[in-house]
Amino acid sequence: MRLIVPLQGVVQGRGGLILGSLIPCALFYFLQLYLKRHRSPKPQSNPPSPTTSSPKLAEMTRTSSRSNLFSRSIGQVRISSRAISIAKPNESPYYIGLDKASEDPYDRLSNPDGVIQLGLSENRLCFDLIEKWMSENLGHSITGRDNGELNINGIATYQPFDGTMELKLAMAGFMSHIMGGAVTFEPSQVVLTAGATPAIETLCFCLADQGNAFLVPTPYYPGFDRDVKFRTGVELIPVHCRSTDNFALSITALDQAFNQTRKHGTKIRGILLSNPANPVGNLLSWEMLYAILDFAREKNIHVISDEIFAGSMYGNEEFVSMAEVLDSEGFDKNRVHIVYGLSKDLSLPGFRVGVIYSFNENVLAAARKLTRFSSVSAPTQRLLVSMLSDARFIEEYIKTNKRRLQNMHALFVAGLKGLNIRCADSSAGLYCWADMSKLISSYSEKGELELWDKLLNVGKINVTPGSACHCIEPGWFRCCFTTLAEEDIPVVLERIRKAVENTTDLLNSS
Amino acid sequence: MAIEIEKPSSVRLSKVAISKTHGEDSPYFAGWKAYDENPYDEIHNQSGVIQMGLAENQVSFDLLEKYLEEHHEVSSWGKGAPGFRENALFQDYHGLKSFRQAMANFMEQIRGGKAKFDPDRIVLTAGATAANELLTFILADPGDVLLVPTPYYPGFDRDLRWRTGVKIVPIHCNSSNNFQITPEALEAAYQSAESMDLKVRGVLITNPSNPLGSTIQSSVLNDILDFAVHKNIHLVSDEIYSGSTFSPSEFVSIAEILRNRNYKDAERVHIVYSLSKDLGLPGFRVGTIYSYNDDVVTTARRMSSFTLISSQTQHLLACMLSNHEFTQNYIKTNRERLNKRYDMIIQGLKKAGIECLKGNAGLFCWMNLSPLLNEPTRQGELELWNIILNQVKLNISPGSSCHCSEPGWFRVCFANMSEQTLRVALQRIHKFMEQRKVCSVNQ
Repeated sequence: MRLIVPLQGVVQGRGGLILGSLIPCALFYFLQLYLKRHRSPKPQSNPPSPTTSSPKLAEMTRTSSRSNLFSRSIGQVRISSRAISIAKPNESPYYIGLDKASEDPYDRLSNPDGVIQLGLSENRLCFDLIEKWMSENLGHSITGRDNGELNINGIATYQPFDGTMELKLAMAGFMSHIMGGAVTFEPSQVVLTAGATPAIETLCFCLADQGNAFLVPTPYYPGFDRDVKFRTGVELIPVHCRSTDNFALSITALDQAFNQTRKHGTKIRGILLSNPANPVGNLLSWEMLYAILDFAREKNIHVISDEIFAGSMYGNEEFVSMAEVLDSEGFDKNRVHIVYGLSKDLSLPGFRVGVIYSFNENVLAAARKLTRFSSVSAPTQRLLVSMLSDARFIEEYIKTNKRRLQNMHALFVAGLKGLNIRCADSSAGLYCWADMSKLISSYSEKGELELWDKLLNVGKINVTPGSACHCIEPGWFRCCFTTLAEEDIPVVLERIRKAVENTTDLLNSS
Repeated sequence: MAIEIEKPSSVRLSKVAISKTHGEDSPYFAGWKAYDENPYDEIHNQSGVIQMGLAENQVSFDLLEKYLEEHHEVSSWGKGAPGFRENALFQDYHGLKSFRQAMANFMEQIRGGKAKFDPDRIVLTAGATAANELLTFILADPGDVLLVPTPYYPGFDRDLRWRTGVKIVPIHCNSSNNFQITPEALEAAYQSAESMDLKVRGVLITNPSNPLGSTIQSSVLNDILDFAVHKNIHLVSDEIYSGSTFSPSEFVSIAEILRNRNYKDAERVHIVYSLSKDLGLPGFRVGTIYSYNDDVVTTARRMSSFTLISSQTQHLLACMLSNHEFTQNYIKTNRERLNKRYDMIIQGLKKAGIECLKGNAGLFCWMNLSPLLNEPTRQGELELWNIILNQVKLNISPGSSCHCSEPGWFRVCFANMSEQTLRVALQRIHKFMEQRKVCSVNQ
């Protein structure tokens, strides 16, 4: 504050420095008060519609935000600090791209110039199978009309918040099946939640206090920032993985991150993994899982293994669940917790079905009580018990899904290769991790975001830039291919080509 | 690879995980355990514990069943399931527009059209439990305070405090004026918080009240709103029992108060609603936050990612609640049946010599057993509660678990059982009171 200096000189004679600083501060305060009183009041409408809704938030200008914050703290009723940070416009490309694609969605027939959504890892390849099952089975499932009697009593009343035993049984069986049958999951260790999102958050609430941290390998699913940090106050410490070894996790890197964080006074409570990995799509080997468990034992911390893509395998490798390694080695099971859900493998994200699977009785006890805030809806539970118990259907679904995933993956990756865009080696997931670093103008996050913007606004395709996933190397993009039909692939490739037309590397592609 | 047998370590859990704030060690929940172990059944276990501690509405199931039977398409996305794909993929935290519209209409109907609701201000959550917690996260920081009038729903101790770190300071109400909230009580609670150096962020009222079973009067609502304005704090009105008032004219929503004031000061008001009580569908997990504050709506919506309602359920209920004929009939019939039940239990209790607070809503009545206490203390109340649970075999909720400042009051639910079961319960109470009279005569 430049005012202070001359004023200090003025009051040097009497009262000195104190008055010299007090007076300008007081003046500044009164100036603000004057400005605030003369600011025009916000108009009230009746009843007022919310002036901001999510899609528009990205366009909110930032210039007024400082004054809003200030006026919010005097006169207007206050909201919590947690809420203030969540209410801010979402600047992450991950969310901006999702919004843009949903506002102008591509449709081969009705909206061929719309934005093609490659930023949402949804699996649409096997809907026909689920639809068929629904139309053949539905009347009985919702209302329990097994013996011709309508029975809303069974689903209308209060259910156990952590899920009915029937669904836990069915889910344990399904998880075992989908992970290759190498592990048996106990229904009594299953806690059902309204999606994997609250499963992750609930586990964070159980395993860490505010101010503690989890180590998380990068690149990681952008949603973790929300799931872990929004309300729990727990931090995420990135453990960087690099393309030189296909983004494999290294214990050395884990150890370094652990020690660095501890030096800064923050306690690490656990490691948060996704296996199969999102966004890279690679798997953790048995040896690696063992090494991680060993590391966790040494540091006495938890391991959360998010295995939500376990059933979305297309490669030749076999998926190994953390549970499998635990089973056969003598590790303390109390530190391991697995997250699962039906949003990816069974394409039912709208139904909100997630799982916390833990070996720790105390965690299970706490998590069960916490599910009152995020339970699975009863009609959905009833429906899923039917579906998951239909062994013939599940068998067919898993087989067909794998086949179609393999097909789409192969086509998409080959197509990108044709544009001289290579993808990381991957065996699972609904996406590929594409290296477009040769197409960015400057090898930096800025360059990456410029390309992302071009792809979104010129090419009209929404892909997720690596920076949104905290990738340490610029130029990588996650492209989900399971929302496409085969005919859409050439369209996507053409649009990429068009968007980067003047980039020499592309034109010189072999 | 050598197998290392790791000794069970003390891998640490969080403070939230080990805290007792979930409250499940209190008598409120101990009674439930007793019921679970020996549940009454009309045919198979006539000496079991009758559950009168669960505020669940089972009196109007038949109406729901009839609707579902006549409208198959509601649960099946139509023949060949054309709408299914879109529905199964729908995880937008805005919620289905058709469902929000249907909820807004339903809420308006319940209020006899005396308030209007904008579907874009509705944020959906998986139950009112989640709605209350979510609002608390948004309105207050850890260590801040919400003022809540006593007696209050025991679940608030958990829902408002457990993960949020927010504190509750009670607004004491007593029987001298039928437990109404007074400006003096509001001020006293506020001062109490201030004296502990705590920041008050809002008042949370339940209207109609749980456990009192009565609606809050218009003048009192105005007082509370004035208080909130004066202190520049929020007002949350949990109106989860609004459709369970026995007579439609007796319920005044905070929405009406705001409308009368032309929505001045509305940005501090938030309403919580749910289908668990009025529609008897707690298993469906359907709750809403209705806020007049844009920032709260935006933030709540984003936070609702942790507690979304299944799109299947949204679809089913959107159809059901858009059916005007169904909702009109349901609301009217449900009210009548609840009223009838209420009359039945009040008469029954009166015959046994027990007085209740004059109620006009909800699934329970607020019973005064203070004359029966050995000593007018919390201990005395718990002793009596124990006798009623273990000898009379009725699980009722002691006022102390609702933080009532006067011992001897109990909440008794009447809508979660058949009329026959209610008669059995009343017989048991009658017998119990008779026996006590005999005892006291012989002393």
